[in-house]
Amino acid sequence: MKRQILLSTSMATLAGLMLVDALPAAASPRAFITNERDHTMSVVDMETLKVIDTIKTGRRPRGIIASPDGKLIYVCASDDNRVEVYDAATLKLVKTLRSGPDPELFVLHPSGNPLYIANEDDNMVTVVNVENNELIAEIPVGVEPEGMGISPDGKYMVNTSETTNMAHVVDTANNEIIENILVDSRPRIAEFSKDGKQLWVSAEVGGTVAVIDPSNWQIIKKIAFKIPGVADDAIQPVGVRITKDGSKAFVALGPANRVAVVDAKTFEVEDYLLVGQRVWQLGFTPDEKFLLSTNGNSNDISVIDVANQKVTKSLTVGRAPWGVVVVP
Amino acid sequence: MTRMASAVGATLFAMMCASVPAGAQDGAPPTSPAAPLAAKPATAIGPEQTFLIGVVRQIPEPPPWIAPLQMPPDNLGIAGAELGIRDNLTSGRFLKLDYKLSSEIVPTDGDPLPAVEKLIEAGNRFILLDVPPGALLKIADTYKDRDIVFINVGAPDDRLRQQDCRANVFHIAPSRSMLTDALAQFLVTKRWQNWFLMVGRTDNDKLYAEAARRSAKKFGAKIVAEKTWDYGPDARATAQSEVPRGTQVGEYDMLIVADELGEFGDILPYNTWLPRPIAGTQGLMALSWHPTMENWGASQLQSRFFKQSKRMMQPLDFQMWQGAFAIGSASLKTRNSDPGKVKAQMLSADYDLPVFKGVAATFRPWDQQLRQPILLTHATNTVTLSPQAGFLHQSSPLDTLGFDRPESLCKLK
Repeated sequence: MKRQILLSTSMATLAGLMLVDALPAAASPRAFITNERDHTMSVVDMETLKVIDTIKTGRRPRGIIASPDGKLIYVCASDDNRVEVYDAATLKLVKTLRSGPDPELFVLHPSGNPLYIANEDDNMVTVVNVENNELIAEIPVGVEPEGMGISPDGKYMVNTSETTNMAHVVDTANNEIIENILVDSRPRIAEFSKDGKQLWVSAEVGGTVAVIDPSNWQIIKKIAFKIPGVADDAIQPVGVRITKDGSKAFVALGPANRVAVVDAKTFEVEDYLLVGQRVWQLGFTPDEKFLLSTNGNSNDISVIDVANQKVTKSLTVGRAPWGVVVVP
Repeated sequence: MTRMASAVGATLFAMMCASVPAGAQDGAPPTSPAAPLAAKPATAIGPEQTFLIGVVRQIPEPPPWIAPLQMPPDNLGIAGAELGIRDNLTSGRFLKLDYKLSSEIVPTDGDPLPAVEKLIEAGNRFILLDVPPGALLKIADTYKDRDIVFINVGAPDDRLRQQDCRANVFHIAPSRSMLTDALAQFLVTKRWQNWFLMVGRTDNDKLYAEAARRSAKKFGAKIVAEKTWDYGPDARATAQSEVPRGTQVGEYDMLIVADELGEFGDILPYNTWLPRPIAGTQGLMALSWHPTMENWGASQLQSRFFKQSKRMMQPLDFQMWQGAFAIGSASLKTRNSDPGKVKAQMLSADYDLPVFKGVAATFRPWDQQLRQPILLTHATNTVTLSPQAGFLHQSSPLDTLGFDRPESLCKLK
């Protein structure tokens, strides 16, 4: 019931937008999922939970994010060495941006510009102005840069390098590294809490998530995972998402086929939710009612009811779904 | 391992005593339209430490013939160590750690001991060895009272991990029994368990065959026929008439070939009497690495290697990369180039080596062998990695490959 009311409100808002932009209305929140081996992006209507479109992208689409207003979708086309920008409403390619070689993951400054891109093949983070496609900086980091996080105030950008096993903290004012934090093997994702007081870094091969205090960049907790009947080396943390209120964190555990639910205050693991195979990245709906997981080996996404901590549906998308973002 | 790693042309003789100043390579930040902003290293972290890593490679006996596709590159193996140093430098600069590589190439009939001595006198305390087992033992014993870490990146001999193990030697090259166990697990999973074993004329072929027999027994395969290859060193011209006759041994599922030198294994496919697949040192090969490996981030390593060396990464390149990388990974934790500290870190519980095979590799404490998944590949595709699902183990599925702790004859000293 409540949801219906919310929906009609958002429809009204969007209807207003439609008048201004003369674009087809996005009736309800939409999820965008990159399919690494299909070279496509699936678009899912979050109200009906159906795939409403499949868009051909550049080759090997992986990292995917949205502009702060949710109107633009940025996609790393890794094998085409570029970032593609799509209109979230019309689903059309708006422009492409330089990315440096082999872009995998990226993060936008909270203001919407610039874009920080991890160049996995080149030990660099490329900083690009999304307005004019100009190169702002190239920051040398460790071997195989991947995870990209930015503090909510935009002051610090954090990159993880998978083979160096460090999280590199960059001062966004001058694009210089100010700190290098040694974490466990193959760090994949760096994610700040919304209040900026915690930085979570997942280590895929190490099997842990390090929680770091950004006031001194010290590791305050290393979270380990244990699942009965699952071999320890199959537990490979990748995607991390933290609720806006900072109460819960969700960690995708790769070939363990589970998403861990972690109390973000006590760092206790509360539950393991069974999802599809080789779960990789996670994305909340804007209202945080649902969390989507991309399951690379079962070619589907799982829909997790956040409040009840239950998997309610799975949905077939393209081949090897990699990243996900949901916009209003 | 087998064919690609051991078969080396005579061209390499020229390349003796190549010393590579690793720091001077062009792997640092690439040029770009805009001048890159230099990243300042993190706040001072203790005194600068330099890790001097040496490589000694003795050129193995060349096979009687080499197929054009298999021509070994001049810098086989060494290029992998160079990439390892480059990766170490990229990581180490954030902690003021420096790495230098010196390499020594020894001819087939030479003695690698003086080359090792030269490197040690020059200050190298970490030495990667690709030398025959006898020479390896001589080297290890000569320096057993010195603080030197040796890493065997080439020799697959099981005895080096068993009765002839040494406390100052780590093994990164998979042992023959690890390779044949990896193959056996897959073939048993496929229910292709009746094997016809074809063994070459060399001592190493006999050791490979012995490992295959042991693996068959361990995993429930059966050797239903066995033959020694006796059609001379180069039977290419007569293969079509000789191989069908030589392979009439009744029914079997797989022809398992033990031919480490590469004399005949590649002429068996499509020449056998029965239409049967071939595995072992040729056909479906058990290897530490292959250019077709691309999952679990492997394509990143392949592409870094290709960018550096303008060729594909072969098993010996990978094993030497692992050797340099194993020291580099430990160094990020020790931040100290003392060999004793590095060795302790390599054996510690929190040491794991991400080697692009989906799970971490670690050293077995009982024989200092790196446990890691093994590829099963044919010329153009990686078919699978062992251990296969379902082969369970009380501590690590990786210990289903090779000699496990209860079977170990190794007494480290």
